[in-house]
Amino acid sequence: MIWDVHTHLHGVDGRTPEERMARLLKFADRMGVERVVLYMGFPFLTDPTTEQLREQNDQVLQAINHYHDRAFAFVYLSAKHPDASLRELDRCVKDGPMVGVKLWVARRCHEAEIDPIIRRATELKVPILQHTWAKAIGNLAGESHPSDLAALSRRHPKASFICGHTGGDWAIGIRAIRDCSNVVADIGGSDPTTGFVEMAVRELGAERIVYGSDAGGRSFASQIAKVQGADIPDAAKKQIFKDNLKRLLTPILAAKGVKP
Amino acid sequence: MTIDTNAHLGHWPFRRHGFEDIGRFLDKLRAVKVDEAWVDSFEGVFHKDVAGANARLASECRDRGAGMLVPFGTVNPRLPDWADDLRRCREVHRMPGIRLYPNYHGYTLDDPDFARLLKLSAEAKLLVQLAVKMEDERTHHALMKVAMVELAPLAKLVAAIPGLKLQILNCPVSPTGEALVPLARSGNVSFDIAMQESVGMVARLADRIGVDRVLFGTHFPLFHAESSILKLKEAELKPDQEKAIRSGNARALLPK
Repeated sequence: MIWDVHTHLHGVDGRTPEERMARLLKFADRMGVERVVLYMGFPFLTDPTTEQLREQNDQVLQAINHYHDRAFAFVYLSAKHPDASLRELDRCVKDGPMVGVKLWVARRCHEAEIDPIIRRATELKVPILQHTWAKAIGNLAGESHPSDLAALSRRHPKASFICGHTGGDWAIGIRAIRDCSNVVADIGGSDPTTGFVEMAVRELGAERIVYGSDAGGRSFASQIAKVQGADIPDAAKKQIFKDNLKRLLTPILAAKGVKP
Repeated sequence: MTIDTNAHLGHWPFRRHGFEDIGRFLDKLRAVKVDEAWVDSFEGVFHKDVAGANARLASECRDRGAGMLVPFGTVNPRLPDWADDLRRCREVHRMPGIRLYPNYHGYTLDDPDFARLLKLSAEAKLLVQLAVKMEDERTHHALMKVAMVELAPLAKLVAAIPGLKLQILNCPVSPTGEALVPLARSGNVSFDIAMQESVGMVARLADRIGVDRVLFGTHFPLFHAESSILKLKEAELKPDQEKAIRSGNARALLPK
């Protein structure tokens, strides 16, 4: 079975969060995806206001409300709004059902303004998934390069980081996070290119790779193929598909008294 | 029966894909239960001696293809005497089709030579495959950034060439597939599924442009062959729709 660290309501048909969630899980069922981690509402907002952050998180809370046996959620935060983000972190994680943090493209993650968010997330024992890309055509102004995440992880050695998309251009991303033992690679949200997972296993070790899809914008299918088609041992595939994410979430699930 | 309409032989200059050896290539196709693959050579994308690349492709498929590989030669209308490459594909190598890379070969679809190439291909009853892209442009090598092919001029051109059979490869579309509709309706135009993304996209694409216009294709070995196989599983297709996409539509384009 598969646990997916990277799914969204965006890109899935439906008028309400509940409708979209039901549809997403229908495809997940078809592909053998047992659990999904969901974050961000719809439409996608690259630089949300504090009010929009709250609305987006409310959509996700609404979406998972009837699916606690299938879906985990990460709280969407923004380093542009550290104080409001700390309030959202407490509302959705400390006092709510969410089990991780998602940071996207509002502000690059190597900047010091993000530090209070990381410190609080670490206190709460939740992993932080930071979107990263190394785009040949140039990143957005607030978009983090995987090297930005590497710098952040060195400042916070006790934090648990997930490198979203492994930098997109994975041959760059894998190298950038190679010496950062508190960073794991999320393989989702890029083309199903041959060689990606093999290089990640070689350079990071299978224990530092987690399966993610970026569904609904991506298919579960193309992203599962990266692992299923990789020339790696079956035991490594099992770690990537489920065991590693389960391990990352164990501290917060235990703190919340949730049995995975 | 599964026919992969979008596969490639050889070395890609920017990374190892792991299937450079044709034996491993064929083993993977067998493992994912692909029975027939329409292949070009990566040499055709990058080499100026396209005639040599096409000749090697033809002999590789004939001598080592285990009866599974159908060669599609490359024609580059920016090269001198390109029309003879087209003739050789048909008359010397007995290829059923050709593959075009307008962005890698440096022409746009409003180029008069491109229109002439389509016309000659239609007269020769060759299936034309046109690749919109090969890799995500966000991951291109710093010294070789290749923009996607702009398809806008194509619908009008296709409508003016009777008998043209055209397949668009590696065409990423919005979840609604809206932009492809005018092109799909302009003539005998099909699309493969290798770069169709978002959950359940194959079914959505079939609904949008007609299931008879959707062909199975993997973009293997740059992409995992498993990706397109799994997309069929993910899509909510009826059995007759899946059969058409896996092989029926391809066989209708290239009867045995």
